[in-house]
Amino acid sequence: MFDIERWQEIFDTIRKNKLRTFLTGLSVASGIFILVILLGFGQGMQNGIAKEFAADASNRIWVWTQVTTKEYKGLNPGRRIELKNENYDYVNSRFSDNLDKKSPVYRVRDVSVNYGKETIGYSIQGVSSGFQFIENQFLSQGRFINQSDEESVAKVIVISNKIKREYFKNGEDPMGEYLDLSGIKFKIIGVFGDVGGEREEDRMFIPITTAQRVFNGANQVNNLSYTLQPAESFEQAVVESMQFSQELKSYLQEVHSVAPDDGSAINVYNTLENAKRFYGLTGNIKFFFWFVGICTIIAGVVGVSNIMLIVVKERTREIGIRKALGAKPISIVGMILHEAIFVTAISGFSGLVFSMALLELVGPLIEVDYILNPSVNFNVALSTVFVLILAGALAGFFPAWRAAHIHTIDALRDQ
Amino acid sequence: MIEIKNLHKSYKMGSNSLHVLKGINFSVEEGELVAIMGSSGSGKSTLLNILGMLDEADSGEYTLDGVPIKNLNETKAANYRNKFLGFVFQSFNLINYKTAMENVALPLYYQRVARKEREKKALMYLERVGLKEWATHLPSELSGGQKQRVAIARAMAAEPKVLLADEPTGALDSKTSLEVMELIQKINDDGNTILIVTHEADIAQMCKRIVHLKDGVIVEDKKVKQVRASSYVQ
Repeated sequence: MFDIERWQEIFDTIRKNKLRTFLTGLSVASGIFILVILLGFGQGMQNGIAKEFAADASNRIWVWTQVTTKEYKGLNPGRRIELKNENYDYVNSRFSDNLDKKSPVYRVRDVSVNYGKETIGYSIQGVSSGFQFIENQFLSQGRFINQSDEESVAKVIVISNKIKREYFKNGEDPMGEYLDLSGIKFKIIGVFGDVGGEREEDRMFIPITTAQRVFNGANQVNNLSYTLQPAESFEQAVVESMQFSQELKSYLQEVHSVAPDDGSAINVYNTLENAKRFYGLTGNIKFFFWFVGICTIIAGVVGVSNIMLIVVKERTREIGIRKALGAKPISIVGMILHEAIFVTAISGFSGLVFSMALLELVGPLIEVDYILNPSVNFNVALSTVFVLILAGALAGFFPAWRAAHIHTIDALRDQ
Repeated sequence: MIEIKNLHKSYKMGSNSLHVLKGINFSVEEGELVAIMGSSGSGKSTLLNILGMLDEADSGEYTLDGVPIKNLNETKAANYRNKFLGFVFQSFNLINYKTAMENVALPLYYQRVARKEREKKALMYLERVGLKEWATHLPSELSGGQKQRVAIARAMAAEPKVLLADEPTGALDSKTSLEVMELIQKINDDGNTILIVTHEADIAQMCKRIVHLKDGVIVEDKKVKQVRASSYVQ
């Protein structure tokens, strides 16, 4: 291995057989390159999907209503279903063991929001304290709506970072300032941000009780939102939350006289169910990429073996000559293996470096939905290079061994 | 230098066995130039291959420079070949991607001679065969006679005890053959032991001794008056 004469002999051979060396190298390098890129994108997809779901607490359950589409109990289709406070309260007490965070949502409509002379064109939602956790929001300043705000029907409002940026210029502090909601003053008590990004920040929050009472909501609720108590495992969490959504839906259908098979009147969205589908999908995609990658590597190995076979065949006569001049079989095998390993190693690593560099440079710039920061585990990539080198060595070894043990006369006769 | 006693060799051809060498007794002194003659199938190439340790005898004794050659495995044979023998082949057997100098230096590589030293020696031997100016040329750029001279330089570079030449002029025209024989005679004049297998009588006449093989036995072994190759050249 450290025999400098051997190295020189090998470099001589490589230098004088450039095409052969290049082709061997190319098949190895491209195999590694394709594998790394594929694995990178597999990871990128998983990252991207994980990020989509990081937007909200991942076991969120969300209820919204539309009009009925089916006749039921003598009632015509086309009826608008409206959720009530009683529905919310009943669910709370019936499923109190399962529920973690909960909040009703009442969307305040037809209200103009003013700060000084400016009109703020974003919507207002009445919520409870639990909403912050359900929507995965963080507070940049102040606090969120709390229990006592709800009880005292306080005229307080939480704005978003985006609104703060747009309406409180020059670093003005919004805390303690008042917004004018159709003539009623609301005090700003907090500024929130949403990890889901800016489109989740196009709104402001006031206590649900205030929203209903001040803006003629009576006991109406637009949405119910919940998170469930964490379960032992992902699978169990999915089972529990599916069961909960099912029971929730049945209950609401019953009290609002909606046909059990009416698909659109009452809707329960369960992120976990979706997450499970997507996670399953990414798992499959990753598996697929691995499969393709491994096939590529196998193709690379076969390519290397093929080239090695041809190389040895082509060199049979040369091997005979070398043996006649006093080369031992072991030195013949050593020479061919040394060359094979050297070429596969160099080209394998250059394929690795090139593809990793490409992922590092281009990866973060990719802005496609569901693909985020494609990257690859360096150790995994490195191991594949070693597998390929080993395969190349094995592929070279058997023909080399055979060639070294052909009778010298027969090797010399080879044309 | 070479001692052979009762050498037998047969080849298996399917169910038949072909008895090629049927008890050869033969010895060569140092500095001899011996031609081994015979028609094809007489066993002359087989004898040379056994002498060159490229093949092994079934029975009999073979002593080379006082060393008994037996129980050969590939590694041992390679060692002896490298130390004791130089080969010249009918088809030259140069490595086509190596230059003339690198070809000559190759046996020295297997003697573990350092690179610088190898190149120096290779150039020296190329000069002796009159091809120093061709040192950096590939075999494909050389004529047949030049190739054979490079091959002879390569065989000599390892400073072998015995030079074995298998039809060294077989692929050459008569003029080039003479040049090559002149070179071989010159090397022999320097005291080297040389064995040549040939079927050409005029080539054999340029040696000092002719051994005739027929059907696997020596039928004639005589010293001859050497014809100098230079005497043919006008």
